[in-house]
Amino acid sequence: MKISILLISSVILFSACSSAEKEVAQSPEVASAGGQENVQDDESQKDVVKVAASSKDHTTLVAALKQAELVTSLSNAGPFTVFAPTNAAFDKLDKATLDALMTDAKKADLQNILQYHVTVSSIKAEYFQDGQNLGMVNGDNVKISIKNGKVMLNNSATIIASIPASNGIIHVIDQVLLPPNPSK
Amino acid sequence: MKSNINPIPLFLLLAALTVQSCKPKNAGNLISADAATKTYVAPGQYDEFYNLVSGGFSGQMSVYGLPSGRLFRVIPVFSVDPEKGYGYSEETKPMLNTSHGFIPWDDLHHTELSQTNGEVDGRWIFGNANNTPRVARIDLTSFKTSEIIELPNSAGNHSSPFITENTEYVVAGTRFSVPPDNSNGDVPINTFKKNFKGYISFISVKKENGEMDLAFQIECPGVNFDLSHAGKGKSHGWFFFSCYNTEQANTLLEVNASQRDKDFIMAVNWKKAEEYIKAGKAKRIPAKYAHNKYNEKTHTATSEMKTEVLVLDSKALKEICYFIPCPKSPHGCDVDPTGEFIVGSGKLAALIPVFSFDKMMKAIANKQFDGDFEGIPVIKYEAALYGEVKKPGLGPLHTEFDGNGNAYTTFFVSSEVVKWNIKDLKVVDRVPTYYSVGHLCIPGGDSKKPNAKYLIAYNKITKDRYLPTGPELAQSAQLYDISGEKMQMILDFPTIGEPHYAQAISADLLKNKQIKFYKIEENANKYVTKGEGEARVVRDGNVVHVYMTSIRSHFAPDNIEGIKLGDEVYIHVTNLEQDWDVPHGFAIKGARNAELLIMPGETQTMKWIPERIGIFPMYCTDFCSALHQEMQGYIRVSPKNSPVPISFSLGTNKPLAKK
Repeated sequence: MKISILLISSVILFSACSSAEKEVAQSPEVASAGGQENVQDDESQKDVVKVAASSKDHTTLVAALKQAELVTSLSNAGPFTVFAPTNAAFDKLDKATLDALMTDAKKADLQNILQYHVTVSSIKAEYFQDGQNLGMVNGDNVKISIKNGKVMLNNSATIIASIPASNGIIHVIDQVLLPPNPSK
Repeated sequence: MKSNINPIPLFLLLAALTVQSCKPKNAGNLISADAATKTYVAPGQYDEFYNLVSGGFSGQMSVYGLPSGRLFRVIPVFSVDPEKGYGYSEETKPMLNTSHGFIPWDDLHHTELSQTNGEVDGRWIFGNANNTPRVARIDLTSFKTSEIIELPNSAGNHSSPFITENTEYVVAGTRFSVPPDNSNGDVPINTFKKNFKGYISFISVKKENGEMDLAFQIECPGVNFDLSHAGKGKSHGWFFFSCYNTEQANTLLEVNASQRDKDFIMAVNWKKAEEYIKAGKAKRIPAKYAHNKYNEKTHTATSEMKTEVLVLDSKALKEICYFIPCPKSPHGCDVDPTGEFIVGSGKLAALIPVFSFDKMMKAIANKQFDGDFEGIPVIKYEAALYGEVKKPGLGPLHTEFDGNGNAYTTFFVSSEVVKWNIKDLKVVDRVPTYYSVGHLCIPGGDSKKPNAKYLIAYNKITKDRYLPTGPELAQSAQLYDISGEKMQMILDFPTIGEPHYAQAISADLLKNKQIKFYKIEENANKYVTKGEGEARVVRDGNVVHVYMTSIRSHFAPDNIEGIKLGDEVYIHVTNLEQDWDVPHGFAIKGARNAELLIMPGETQTMKWIPERIGIFPMYCTDFCSALHQEMQGYIRVSPKNSPVPISFSLGTNKPLAKK
């Protein structure tokens, strides 16, 4: 009620001051959704999302990132280390479970799993050390081990390739990492 | 929910406020109700124009958006800028070199955009140094100062950096006449008339890359050159300079330079000057002046000292210069879009004379002269005069044009902008400024093709206009909508330093050609580090070079030992990012220097002379990422004779295992 009185009064106030000027009512532009993923920039090095999106081996991951609404965060300044399971890695999961994760009802679970694949810092493979713990974005840890010169995560997934990106690095892995409590 | 406030008294209260709010101070009803919608640029939306404004005694140039008045960037030009490392990094120090050595400050008064066929082309903008005479060129793809050239035989480069219609030349007329550099300057000051000369400089600009060269100078009688503008269209080939102190006073100019009823506008036929040069009539005179260039591939400036200049004698070489009498110490000297009308604004005059180029040419052909001034013919006032704007206001200073037959002149003394019709010389409209306007700017307003939607007045005094901040207050810019018959003030905003002249250009001409970052593979800096694998520390006697990289979110190396007292350390930081808007900064505790601010793909160098033994932290100063606070490192400084060897690392310098 107070507000509407003020609004009416301010209209009066304006019209009282303007003698000949026409009142232009302009509705403010509706802010566009999303963040840096919408920036038009074909020149810069690709960010982790764009790198993943340009890989035909990561279509499942990219679809999941979109479903989990993580594209904006991962397009920002970072730095990120993203462990990126291949399509083949996702195919090792139970199909029904995977399909369920892609539904809105299970969005929180999907976010939990995907955030378990991202750590805030840009770590090249050679900087990993045996026994290191990585604090992942979802709040849980991933354990690093080095076996025969290969970097392994939680003793299950192996880094099979690394791709630098503008805001971090992507390490391609051959297994999906499951957090300690997959459903939240 | 029901309000317990009685709406009627509230309304009355607001109505009372309304009456008051119609007369706030003395701006009042000049602001139209739709001012807010005319200047509102919604978040995320772009402004329509870039406004490139001189920073006066800040020595810099600032970039605002119009109509919002939002400040986007301050371009360091003639003054050091610790925020950007300009004048502090080894790469940028040579930009501020002069024949007097390194100078950290100057006073930038006027900006002028490059033109093609008399229209702004968005390639470069020029600025003048008013104290130690120089002209700078700023590249409009990087918004960085690319080049600075010093001017010999000059002092107080005020009537500058105005350009010809294809940017063939940038001019620079000396404000102070002085004894020429190559003569004995150790003379009594009161021998002005005998020993002091006024030089005007023509700086050529290379079409392909903008590179400047001091093509020639014209030695003129000792007066004060104030402002200038080139002819255009039919008057292309001529340049017009306002002159005051034709009394040739050397003290208390406040009175002594106002003795004559008329001073001059000097018309210079620069095509004639070119003919004389071709005919070998110019003399090569020894001179010393710096020419500084910034190379975008090496990210490094170089300074070259030049030793000669071509000089033409305006007295001996006829038909280059003519004087046109102009009332009362003319300041602004402005040429309308057709090139026919030259407007002289006598600071102390009660009228504005408008000269006709055609009449001037006829007067020269018919030798309608009133004798000469120190060997330069003086054209009869009436013979060159088109007409006078009578009683336009007090203290006319500068005029810009809208391309629709109107001129807009600022009046310092009466603090207003006056719109008048060029043909009939009648005043059409006037609006006050708050307070004491100097220059004004209309986008393209001194070109052949103005884009006259807005007019911006640059005010010297603000007093009660903004929240006060102690004795030193902001200067201001005031934006007027001039799309209609009447001028309407729609915004004012404070500015950096003191704004003098400014230019504005449609955003479409600049916004799509901006450099986003420098390609690392094209970085040709002598000390570039093109990857963390190349990061290293190299000792050469007591000189230590650190080849360092920065990328989100670490430096490589970030632990350095083996630096000793007595060392001269050069830290060359290459920003490896290849991403838009990700600069990194760099600073070391105790370094008597500014930070470095390194654009993506660029290399910049900090010189550091350690003065204490101990551990010196270094860190990234520009918030770059979520782990910006982790982007840090340490440098160990040991005594002069310490045996600690040079070592450097990233991620491996771990505590020794316990035995």
